[in-house]
Amino acid sequence: MLFRSNAKNQTREVDQAGWGRTFGATVVSLIYFFPVLIIIITAFKEHTDALAVPAKLFPDFLSFIVPEGLTFKPTFDNFVHVFSRSYSAGAAAQDTGFDRFFFNSIFIAGFSVLLALFIGTLAAFGFSRYPLKGNDTYLFVILTTRMLPAIVVIIPVMLMFRVTGLSGTYTGIILLYTAFNLPFTIWMMKSFFDELSPDVEDAARIDGSSERRVFFKICLPQVLAGLAATAVFGLILTWNEFLFALLLTGVETRTVPVAMSQTIGGDIGVRWGLLAAIETLFLIPVILVTFFLQNQLLRGVTFGTVKR
Amino acid sequence: MDSGEVVCLLGPSGCGKTTTLRMIAGLETPSAGEVLFNDKPVTNLTPEQRNVAMVFQFYALYPALTVGENLAFPLLVEKLSAKDREKRVSDVAEILQLSHILQRYPAEVAEGEKQRIAVARAIIRDPACFLFDEPLSRLDVELRETMRAQIKEVLQGLSKPTVIVTHDQLEALTMADRITIMRDGAVEQIGSPHDVFAKPANAFVASFIGTPQMNLLDAQFAHCEDGTAEVELDGGPLQLGVDKAVSGQSAGPIQIGVRPRAFSLASDPSSSTITVEAEIIESMGAETLVHARTPKQTEIRVVVPRETRVKSGEVLHLTPDPGQTHVFDADGKAVRT
Repeated sequence: MLFRSNAKNQTREVDQAGWGRTFGATVVSLIYFFPVLIIIITAFKEHTDALAVPAKLFPDFLSFIVPEGLTFKPTFDNFVHVFSRSYSAGAAAQDTGFDRFFFNSIFIAGFSVLLALFIGTLAAFGFSRYPLKGNDTYLFVILTTRMLPAIVVIIPVMLMFRVTGLSGTYTGIILLYTAFNLPFTIWMMKSFFDELSPDVEDAARIDGSSERRVFFKICLPQVLAGLAATAVFGLILTWNEFLFALLLTGVETRTVPVAMSQTIGGDIGVRWGLLAAIETLFLIPVILVTFFLQNQLLRGVTFGTVKR
Repeated sequence: MDSGEVVCLLGPSGCGKTTTLRMIAGLETPSAGEVLFNDKPVTNLTPEQRNVAMVFQFYALYPALTVGENLAFPLLVEKLSAKDREKRVSDVAEILQLSHILQRYPAEVAEGEKQRIAVARAIIRDPACFLFDEPLSRLDVELRETMRAQIKEVLQGLSKPTVIVTHDQLEALTMADRITIMRDGAVEQIGSPHDVFAKPANAFVASFIGTPQMNLLDAQFAHCEDGTAEVELDGGPLQLGVDKAVSGQSAGPIQIGVRPRAFSLASDPSSSTITVEAEIIESMGAETLVHARTPKQTEIRVVVPRETRVKSGEVLHLTPDPGQTHVFDADGKAVRT
């Protein structure tokens, strides 16, 4: 639906597919979406409903069209329990600290993605416009850190963090994520800068612009779509990162993926409803950001053709 | 260059015209030599310090700025109040008929309008000189003629030295006060449109300027007296009316240059006619272009008036016009007083 409604803004009309193809595409996207859908549904289930076989897929207010065995009674308890619950039967409810973990995730991911965008865009412009001797070698070296599975580099990184005292600090994990986002950011942004016409920059120089103004006023506005795309990819990678967060964050700086894994266990086995509620909440920020940037992205692509 | 003078850099692609222009603009550094403005060297100055205005081949409009902002951009260096800036923009927009599209983005305007925006952006400041890089090459034929007149008009109103790079000789001949013809990074001739056409300095300029191309015929020079040269063309003797300076030439290989329009048809062969057989006839509207060959297969292009009916296979006797017969020596240099 997102793509459909935006497509109307494009000046060039493209023939819309017929109902048959649309139905096919709907089926495929539903299959893709199914795991997420199950999680969202489970977030509203009580523990016994969550474990029921066959799965109860429909809330009970749909019981007039769905057979009784397949419905469940929706509840918001799981969402309340994310933030506050009792850890043993009969004990008073306690703060789980999840508000803190959500803040940590947003702060760490947001900060490191923005920092990587800032540094990476400048670096990419440099690589694109002022190439060093052996430019490609540097670009290649930058990318090597992303060629290994994270698990391979975790030990040296842990040692570096131990020695520098960065373990468990915001600074540490933000720096690490920034460093991890940088190669990707530089490569993406360089390709966007490479596409720009150098004549336009020369024109700005002749018109009396400093290099700084050439970059900020002329080049940067042309790659906004690229910035948005890079930000989305970087954010998704960082937001879901688990391994480094597990080993390098402390109690104070723990992110949601780590905290989520630690809720598994306890006296009644895995609390699927609770886990699904955390995941559902965890989805919201990244969906919002992607949605917002997607509009930016589409506007950027059709830039100049859309009247404002 | 004088103020108000328009100089065209003309040459085949890859001859260094644009590089020359970029060196004048300060976008490229010459490996040797100096760039002088008003007798002062500016070789080491940046483009902004040189105060030049340039129109790029692909316009190089700022895609992320509106047309109005594009025009205002060069004014940002000058500390103008927003009001003055707006006035200058609307004045220039008026001149080039852009007032109605100031709010649009470059991607939303027509090709001819882009061209006018590029010109407007160049003239909005008061630069030391104007540089145009192939200003009309992207426009269709009709638009090209209108823009040519329009640019000429705007330039006349400004009386600033202007350099135009082009590979289109018609553009150069119509717009320039002086034409500089370049080949392989070297200047071949500098002169008025009339001079480069009527008195080409060498065989290259002769064949480059003028359509259809000048005929360049290889011949053996024997001797020359009183402006009549005795040459051997295709193994046969030929008497040619030529420039008096040819008398000083020693015997040997030369090239004879005659424009297709500088032949007249004779009814009978004589010692001063070239005999050819018409091969391909191309009608050009007002005139007819005849591709002909001598018996020795040397190709000669002749333009005859429309009324003169020539059939393929017909034998023609051509008399070159003495006033328009050019002689080039073995090095290709024109032999002329």
